[in-house]
Amino acid sequence: MSVIYVLLAVSIIVAVVFFVAFVIAIKKGQYDDSYTPSIRMLFEDEIVKEQPKKIRTTKKD
Amino acid sequence: MSNSSCFHCGDPCGKNEIIFQEKNFCCHGCKTVFEIFSENDLTCYYDLEQSPGAQPSDIQGKFNFLDDDIIKEKLLEFKDDNLEIVSLNIPHIHCSSCIWILENLHKLKSDIVFSQVDFGKKTLRIHYNTAHYSLKDLVILLSSIGYEPNINLENFNAKNQKIDRQIYYKLGIAGFAFGNIMFLSFPEYFDVDEFWLETYKPLFRWLMFFFSLPVVFYAARDFFVSAFNGLKAKLLNIDVPIALGILVLFLRSTVDIMFDLGSGFFDSLSGLVFFLLVGKFFQAKTYNFLSFERDYKSYFPMAVTKLTKSNEEIPVQVYDVKKGDRLIIRNQELIPVDGVLINGIAKLDYSFVTGESKTVNKVSGDKIYSGAKQTSGVIEMEAIKSVEQSYLTQLWSNDVFKEKKTKRFTSLTNRISKHFTLTILIIAFLATAYWLIVDPSLALNVFTAVLIIACPCAIALSAPFTFGNLLRIYGKSKFYLKNAEVIERMASIDTIIFDKTGTLTSNNSGTVKYEGSILNAEEKILLTNTLRGSNHPLSRTLYDLIDKKNLISLDYFEENIGHGLTGTYHHDAVKIGSANYVGYKKDSPKLNTSVHVSTNNEYKGKFTFYNTYRKGVSQLFRVLKKHYDLVILSGDNQGDLENLKKILPSKTKFIFNQKPEDKLDYIKYHQSEGAQVMMIGDGLNDAGALAQSDVGIAISENINVFSPACDAIMDASQLIKLDKYIKASKSSIKIIKWSFLLSFLYNIIGLYFAVTGQLEPVVAAILMPLSSISIVVFTTIATQFVGRALELKPE
Repeated sequence: MSVIYVLLAVSIIVAVVFFVAFVIAIKKGQYDDSYTPSIRMLFEDEIVKEQPKKIRTTKKD
Repeated sequence: MSNSSCFHCGDPCGKNEIIFQEKNFCCHGCKTVFEIFSENDLTCYYDLEQSPGAQPSDIQGKFNFLDDDIIKEKLLEFKDDNLEIVSLNIPHIHCSSCIWILENLHKLKSDIVFSQVDFGKKTLRIHYNTAHYSLKDLVILLSSIGYEPNINLENFNAKNQKIDRQIYYKLGIAGFAFGNIMFLSFPEYFDVDEFWLETYKPLFRWLMFFFSLPVVFYAARDFFVSAFNGLKAKLLNIDVPIALGILVLFLRSTVDIMFDLGSGFFDSLSGLVFFLLVGKFFQAKTYNFLSFERDYKSYFPMAVTKLTKSNEEIPVQVYDVKKGDRLIIRNQELIPVDGVLINGIAKLDYSFVTGESKTVNKVSGDKIYSGAKQTSGVIEMEAIKSVEQSYLTQLWSNDVFKEKKTKRFTSLTNRISKHFTLTILIIAFLATAYWLIVDPSLALNVFTAVLIIACPCAIALSAPFTFGNLLRIYGKSKFYLKNAEVIERMASIDTIIFDKTGTLTSNNSGTVKYEGSILNAEEKILLTNTLRGSNHPLSRTLYDLIDKKNLISLDYFEENIGHGLTGTYHHDAVKIGSANYVGYKKDSPKLNTSVHVSTNNEYKGKFTFYNTYRKGVSQLFRVLKKHYDLVILSGDNQGDLENLKKILPSKTKFIFNQKPEDKLDYIKYHQSEGAQVMMIGDGLNDAGALAQSDVGIAISENINVFSPACDAIMDASQLIKLDKYIKASKSSIKIIKWSFLLSFLYNIIGLYFAVTGQLEPVVAAILMPLSSISIVVFTTIATQFVGRALELKPE
């Protein structure tokens, strides 16, 4: 019957792990700027798109 | 001339248009930036947004002080042998292109290791190798691509500023505990006498107890502190009943589980704290890119160039400037201390101080005051005062800048709370007394139950959500408040005081009226062409306002700085300038800025410059006069009085020639008479008045650039909506009153359970979140409605 103890322990440990992750995220400053990352995320594509274009234009010349 | 706009900065190209690679540029600066970017494969900058750039400004020598190690030390965040980290404030950061280019700086210069933008704060954090690179090089690079950082006296002690992240931790803990406790308490809600439930009940209850410990002792600490401070000051603020509620919840629950009397109220307890913290978090909306605490330090440079006895130029920290020091002020630099001009021609722009954008000319020997910006060439001056004692900076030694406005004001919530707390305590004691007679075993139960259920969570949430929401609606229409409390103060004002220059008038345009004998066609041509040659601001303004036909080249042109212009064409000569210069003696006392004209030594007349008032000002005053006392408090002379009287309602009071201290005292006097004053101003000369008033609003043409310490910053274009903003603030007070009513309703239902001794944990666990959530929904919908009804949202 003591399986409930195991279950409780596991569920609380999982919860605590997530809580610690949250605290670390705050400590690292992830919540300080909630706007810039949303834009930065979109840049990755732009750069990839741009590079092959550049090569083509130089070839034409 | 063409109407195309600059590919880089978007300004109209005008007559100096440069065409490069089939693209239009307004100046060489913009073209150079484009060249730099295209050479380094960074033209993606222009794909993200249209014309995102800024004209690079002339910074020659401006940042020489960055070579000084002591000054540099103050700016750097981190420094070791070959790496330095610095955070710079860059006002031009405004779009995604900016973020992109600034985070790709390493492509421009390999010494830059890493750069990251914080868009909200408009800062750029850069790591760079110091082997071949210095902070000065970095700043010059940034300036050369149009992102000149703003380095001023405020940065002086900016190091080691800790970011306050407590609210996140507290919210996290409260939310974490709330969720877990809910799970653990769920089985007992149904209260079935089930065998396994009975067996593990104690374990579940004690787990809840441990989860609630950090909630009470860490997350809810602010409420206890605030309640304690309130009681110490003999005030029953809203945190008193809240703290009492939390305390009773915790003690009663602990006792309950200790003696197996019940399952306790840990779920309600953690939920209560969590909701209250959410309210706090929501209300604490801040505009990171704006600063409401600015004083002169934000405008003053960190260092100036000092001339040593051996005529050597060395950078010196502004705080170290002493009386008698000789200083070099370059073009576009700010004069940091009061002094005497020794060498050079000073054209001073006092717009930081007064909001007046016309420049003032000074010649050597004249006294010049701090806060002015030199706008032409290099001047040399001798300091006669230190920074703190200068004319402008002295204003900040006034006590009004030390005291916080919060102390002078009791919020609506706290006023209600006083009555509320007393009522609840009376009910609690009466109910206890009744049960002591009827059934003493229930008395303590009822007493605690009343305090628990009456804990004014919903009341405490009304104001934060209403104001927090309105704050966001205001923000969307370019009216930025320092905090939510300002809305409440705004609703109770009865006097509105306006500054004139820069607030009611627009800085950018003016009108000109000509008085005197009519000029004939030839004279007009000559006048136009003479003006064309001059770079004096008045000449430029006048030139822009008159017809530009028949452009000719003059036979002779001369500009006497500080006096006027002479131009000759064939046999005609024209003189334009001060009354003295053109040979006119009978000039009436100068109230308005005017330019006199004479041809062939015969006096013709004068052009007088008038301020133009913002569109809709007259209409605004007419609406406002019904409910408020209106005053114009200006530092200027009375020159515009007649003009103003024409457009403003007759009830308006006009007071001119006010020094910054006078403005402050005027407001103080009216407040002592019981007036609730709103001050609307713009320059640093209004700083005292803005701080003294109950609501100080700074008007700004460009909200990113400039505003003195205040309660709110308003985009200049929104001034005409002032009446609507005030009306909205009043509506929000009404919304709060309605939601108080709603929460009293919940309280009455809860009190029925409490007083009759039937308060079960499950009732509390339902009632408390229900009341809180319905208040949040109600206030949110109502404020949206207010915002929409007043058309505060931008179209």
